[in-house]
Amino acid sequence: MSAVAARVERWTPVSISFTSALAALLALLAFAPLALSENSLNNLIQLFFLVILAIMWNALAGYGGLVSVGQQAFIGIGAYGVVFFSVQHSLNPYVAMLVSTAIGAAVSIPMAAVMLWLRGGAFAIGMSVVAEAFAILVSLDATLGGGTGTSAVLAFNLRYSPTQRLHDTYWAALGFAAVLLVVLFLLLRSRIGTSLQAIRDDEDAARSLGVRVLLGKGVLFVLAGAGCTAAGTIILAWQLSILPLGPDSVFGVNWTAKMIFMVLVGGLGTFEGPILGAIVLFLLQTYTSSQLGVWYYVVVGGIAIGVALFLPRGLWGAVQERFTIQLLPVGYRLRR
Amino acid sequence: MTLLRVEGLEARHGLLHAVRDVDLEVREGETLALIGANGAGKTTLLRTIAGAHRPSAGRIVFDGRDITRLSPHRRVKLGVALVPEGRRLFPDLTVEENLRVAAAAGRKGRWTVDGVLETFPLLAPLRRQRAASLSGGQQQAAAIARSLLTNPRLLLLDEVSLGLAPVAVDGVYEALQPLFETDTTIVLVEQDLGRALSVASRVVCMLEGRLVLEGAAGELTREQVTDAYFGLRRGAAA
Amino acid sequence: MNWANAVLHGVLLGGLYALLATGLSLMFGVMRIINLAHGSIALVGAYMAFLLTEHTSMSTYLSLVIVLPGALVVGYVLQLTVLERSLRGGELVPLLTTFGLLIVIANMLERFFSPDVHSLPSGRIGTASWRISSHFTVPWFDALILALAIGVLGGLHVLLRRTQLGRELRATAADADTAELLGVDARRVYAVATAIAVATAALAGVFYAMRSAFDPFSGPTQLIYAFEAVVIGGLGSLWGTLLGGIVLGVAQTVGAQIDVQYFALGGHVVFLAVLILRAVLQAGGLRLLPRGAAA
Repeated sequence: MSAVAARVERWTPVSISFTSALAALLALLAFAPLALSENSLNNLIQLFFLVILAIMWNALAGYGGLVSVGQQAFIGIGAYGVVFFSVQHSLNPYVAMLVSTAIGAAVSIPMAAVMLWLRGGAFAIGMSVVAEAFAILVSLDATLGGGTGTSAVLAFNLRYSPTQRLHDTYWAALGFAAVLLVVLFLLLRSRIGTSLQAIRDDEDAARSLGVRVLLGKGVLFVLAGAGCTAAGTIILAWQLSILPLGPDSVFGVNWTAKMIFMVLVGGLGTFEGPILGAIVLFLLQTYTSSQLGVWYYVVVGGIAIGVALFLPRGLWGAVQERFTIQLLPVGYRLRR
Repeated sequence: MTLLRVEGLEARHGLLHAVRDVDLEVREGETLALIGANGAGKTTLLRTIAGAHRPSAGRIVFDGRDITRLSPHRRVKLGVALVPEGRRLFPDLTVEENLRVAAAAGRKGRWTVDGVLETFPLLAPLRRQRAASLSGGQQQAAAIARSLLTNPRLLLLDEVSLGLAPVAVDGVYEALQPLFETDTTIVLVEQDLGRALSVASRVVCMLEGRLVLEGAAGELTREQVTDAYFGLRRGAAA
Repeated sequence: MNWANAVLHGVLLGGLYALLATGLSLMFGVMRIINLAHGSIALVGAYMAFLLTEHTSMSTYLSLVIVLPGALVVGYVLQLTVLERSLRGGELVPLLTTFGLLIVIANMLERFFSPDVHSLPSGRIGTASWRISSHFTVPWFDALILALAIGVLGGLHVLLRRTQLGRELRATAADADTAELLGVDARRVYAVATAIAVATAALAGVFYAMRSAFDPFSGPTQLIYAFEAVVIGGLGSLWGTLLGGIVLGVAQTVGAQIDVQYFALGGHVVFLAVLILRAVLQAGGLRLLPRGAAA
């Protein structure tokens, strides 16, 4: 049998239709404040920042092999950054959100230089040390409210009516989520994306082929830093008052618990998985948290353990394996 | 009597089919040489017999008992010992500590720490040295001594001459000589055909995962062996 | 309190951190697992002692007679159930499952014990101190903990160097595959290692709880302290863990001298400085592969 020329394709009919549908959905969502109730908008804001957190954590762990137990450091930076700029420096809070995100990204660069020397569990705990250190620094700063926390109520309410705040926060959340999704999508389709795949599969082999491992991980680290900071700004805009210490604070370990749950349940290392995981967590949160009470996080943690042990590819990973579909084309296909 | 019987054994490394449908019998007391080119599946076969590798199909019966599902340490307790390819001493433990791990974990029998140090006198002065600091030949002697301390009924030797200078290999085989003469059953993987044929009573050859030749060492011609080794066909096989 | 006395107190505090870090170091040395639930497990030890001292007339020290054997069993079972499976999944899975455990433990503690802050009674030893000179006072309790830490580390050292179990631990840590081929049951060895790790963690947790206040969410903090001690001292070295604990303790007490609120920060700063220093000195990157299980 003679050799047949094979074509390398990136788009399949399925992925073209899905990606167009997704883009249409995003556009449609922009009009939501005109049609949906306040309650629904609130829910959607929550869903959006959960999606952001999920895709960012997955970017680190699923594509970079970096398990970070301290991304809440950036969530805290985002939240407190908005307070700092809008309450203390009278900046428009939404501008403050952008500035804080930029600062989060900037801070993540030197952090990457130090932290990326660590691998595995040391990186994980190292990041939580960073989060802890930030939390302590903030709690010691009286101007930021110290240990009892602070709020941005004034900054928003002086400028916006509650409805306006809701709508603007919604658009900010949608905007951030959409931008981060697009950036991640493009990154994974780029050369860096392919090198990340190689790094994930076998770091040493990739390095020996000339793949710039530290650069790839660094890009992911900065992206995740910026993304989690953005999520933090949205969280602040949504809940308005924040605490620096304690498990539920903006620097709290429960944020990592959520991120791990979403990514594991959805599908570590897939593009679509974390989004699915965010939806699952959101549903769990909205519909069971009142019944579960204190057991809520026990359930979240327990499910995460179960999935890690018994369904390591997550829901989407399992679907992908069964049907070999990819809704968002970040890979390549070979066609004869 | 048959000490080891392998039936229809299949073993894979991911997608690679390393051992294909192997049937093998080893009689008690004999020395069987397992030869074949690199990548033929010899190491995988030995590791599967020892339990370090899981077969995808087939059975392994040792002394009448089906050991296919047993973990390696349980097989050691029954009397199967593998001296792994590349020696694999515990680098930061001393020679003596390496030996004592095996002596206490394996079966009790005539081999003792003092006994093996007599059989391998080159090791005696090295007792308290870190295993990683030994030369290749010394490490090989230590690795064999270590496995002997589990008092095996079936000793599997995987490429003991690998990476050693000829002089060192001579030394190893000299020390092994008494073993070949006693009633220990040995399966020996050896690249050096000459040595393999000289110490073994029976030879099997593997090619691409299958057994392609079997016979008493004295009865096979060089030509038959090399043909099987390289997978050449010169007219009808004997 | 003056500087020299602060340093002395830091050295003594280091004993507690070394004790806390021992289990973390042991599990990493033998199994290459970094147990993110380590601090939480120590905390469970404290809560178990709390249960016993609150509901019976037992002293905290006596409660250890029940808590420690219980911890050994828990550790053994934990390895054979969750951790063993996690090991098979690859490098990331143990981190994910032990993190899950951290969350489950913290929240179960909150459910059963309330979020309130508690402390364990430390008896007369807890308040006594020994005045050496006009500058130095040595709290009996801290000295006891340091002595205990040295004792435990010494005991482990002897175990690893002089017993068959110790040899099997070191052999399995170096090459589990080959150890099995010599008759060593690697599963059992791992389970014993985890049992020892959990027991030392519980011991450290109880003493920590006698010294400071604790609540259901103190686990991650203890994990961080243990981890900082291990990293400063060098991952995989038992006596390095003692050194690391002492450096961390001194960093914290010196930080507290500067300003009481800088206690933990002092440790974090030194930790990060050590990290940066290592990264700079070791241009190849900080590899977490120790040469062996113990010094």
